[in-house]
Amino acid sequence: MTKIRAAQCLASPMLALLVAFSGAPLVMVVVLSFWSFDGLEYHPDFTLANYVEVFSSPVTWRIFFHTAFYAATTWAITLVIGFTVAYYLVFHVRNLKIQIGLFLLCTIPFWTSTVIRMISWIPFLGREGLFNSTLMATGLTDGPLTFLLFSDFAVILTYVNLFTLFMLAPIFNSMAKIDRNVIEAALDAGATQGQILREVVIPLSRTGIALGSIFVITLVMGDFFIVRVMSGGQSTSVVSAMKNNIDQLYYPQAAAMAVLLIATVILLVGSILRVVDVRAELAR
Amino acid sequence: MTKDDRALRPSRRDVLKLGAGAAALGAGSTLGAPMIWAQSLKDVTLMHVGPSYSIFPDIVAQASADLGFKVEMQNAWTADIMARMMSQPESIDVADLEFWALQRIWRAGKLQAIDTTKIALWDKILPLFRSGTNLDGSPASTQGSLPFEVQYVAAAGDKEFAAGPTGLATMMPTIFNADTLGLRPDLIGRPVESWAELLNPEFKGKVALINVPQIGIMDAAMAIEARGDLTYGDKGNMTREEIDKTIEILTALKQDGHFRAFWTSFDESVNFMASGEVVLQSMWSPAVTAVRGRGTDCVYQGLKEGYRGWGNGLGLMGHLEGIRLEAAMEYLNWMLTGPYGAFVARQGYYSAVPETTQASLTPDEWDYWYGGKPAAVEIKDPFGAVMENPGRARDGGSFEARVGGIRCWNATMDEGEYLVKRWNEFVAA
Repeated sequence: MTKIRAAQCLASPMLALLVAFSGAPLVMVVVLSFWSFDGLEYHPDFTLANYVEVFSSPVTWRIFFHTAFYAATTWAITLVIGFTVAYYLVFHVRNLKIQIGLFLLCTIPFWTSTVIRMISWIPFLGREGLFNSTLMATGLTDGPLTFLLFSDFAVILTYVNLFTLFMLAPIFNSMAKIDRNVIEAALDAGATQGQILREVVIPLSRTGIALGSIFVITLVMGDFFIVRVMSGGQSTSVVSAMKNNIDQLYYPQAAAMAVLLIATVILLVGSILRVVDVRAELAR
Repeated sequence: MTKDDRALRPSRRDVLKLGAGAAALGAGSTLGAPMIWAQSLKDVTLMHVGPSYSIFPDIVAQASADLGFKVEMQNAWTADIMARMMSQPESIDVADLEFWALQRIWRAGKLQAIDTTKIALWDKILPLFRSGTNLDGSPASTQGSLPFEVQYVAAAGDKEFAAGPTGLATMMPTIFNADTLGLRPDLIGRPVESWAELLNPEFKGKVALINVPQIGIMDAAMAIEARGDLTYGDKGNMTREEIDKTIEILTALKQDGHFRAFWTSFDESVNFMASGEVVLQSMWSPAVTAVRGRGTDCVYQGLKEGYRGWGNGLGLMGHLEGIRLEAAMEYLNWMLTGPYGAFVARQGYYSAVPETTQASLTPDEWDYWYGGKPAAVEIKDPFGAVMENPGRARDGGSFEARVGGIRCWNATMDEGEYLVKRWNEFVAA
């Protein structure tokens, strides 16, 4: 009993912080989403008008779908890259020091800010950018490829560039914990490399995959700046639509949309956690 | 001296300010007096919140030096200022707003009316603002929010605007301009004379619009009207049908890949143009100046269908009273005296009181910016970079020609909420 009490005491500062700085604002957002709005000011009320507005607009569905498309594509690409790199680091690099050294190399891009890493793609991919100049100079293309910048391609490229490490790190972590004897045993039992990957490595890395997926999906779902800059304002994510509403002082509509987004993300994260019991696996 | 005793005496600073003799007298007579002295103008700090094209450290420094009290500036665009005025009115003293903002925000009662008799140069302010007429006496275009329409109220506390001049102003006009399209002459290589060019398939994939619904749609409307698709009753106050038709045309163009991008910030518009991503787009005059400051040719092209106008003014927040209100009035008066007008003139904007601006500019600068004459010497931007070589003239000609050519004003539309909804659909299409 005292042990539980002690644990509760240890956790209480964190709990207080979370309640004050995450919980309370979140409650405010939910409350605000039911308030009425007269084009300028909002008033305490209980109206479903904001939700009716959000749900009845075809744009809402289109941008939720588009954001989901970004999230799914980015997730798939970062998963493949993250898993492959982690696999190489854990199973092909035998020397622990080299292994850790290479892992740290992966983090080097993170020594600069996200914004700089994002912006630096622009001069590279632009119409008169480095990549297009090279293509044209070598005669591979006649004119500049314009789909490279201010497009879905540019947005996803940037997401992958920025978020792969969030997938790589947890997968690397859980793979490194896999007991080599298990793999030896599988080999002795006559398993092929493919079978080992499918039957041993992937199931035992699932905590890392789940955590990485949660990171990547929530980061993409919550983004508005990368979409705005890299699509040149041509695409809208859920959060950038909210930003538009806020710019026009339509706070209650933005709040209703925020509640909808939070519900969607909770659903996604919840279903990931249902498949993989992250807590139990981490305690392993 | 006991602790309590000290609290009642004037602080060291007050004593120094007043001189030893006066302080001795003050301390000897009434204990309340030092409190009043502490409330002198010198101790006031005013917070002026305005857009990037109006907020400059140089102006802060000069105003503070000339006025003897402290002025601070914060950068926020009209929409953000409105949001702050609603949620944290105390954090602003002087609100630097576009006139169309008044149509939305005045009724909230966050601003107080300005007694025009206390603005020394009020009668020197252009008739465009004071009576809604152009320099030649002709009536100004009333499409959109002509500043004059929201310039006056009949009585303090009124929520509706007065139809004609009264002694009470909603804001004190400061700067304005006639906006048009910016272009890269080197990449276009032929004359551009009409707004319709914005829709010309020749520039497919090389055109950008500003991503502010109220302004972006007006630039688009200028182009659509110029091409002859549609004639608007009032481009600054469209009907639902007009909004629908405009968005329909824009959406078709967007899906065809006509637009390269939509810009949200000043910097974005500069970068699009300087990097050659875009050759023709909605633009602000200082952005054109900035592109040229980088050594890339860029023209703010006057077009035959005319200009889209806008104006900014300074509004006094309702919480200002007593000595702070006095300080704010002094600041407003100072803003019309010339240094500020000259500063913004060098980025292509006009002052509401050209007379004092002329006195603060060199004759060569005046001739270039206001006269529309070819530059006699190198013309520099506000920060000292050369932006025009001798011999070239400002696009669009003289002040009179450009301002007289304004065909519509940045506006808040009656169907504003519907417009924003449709615009979001367009951007997400």
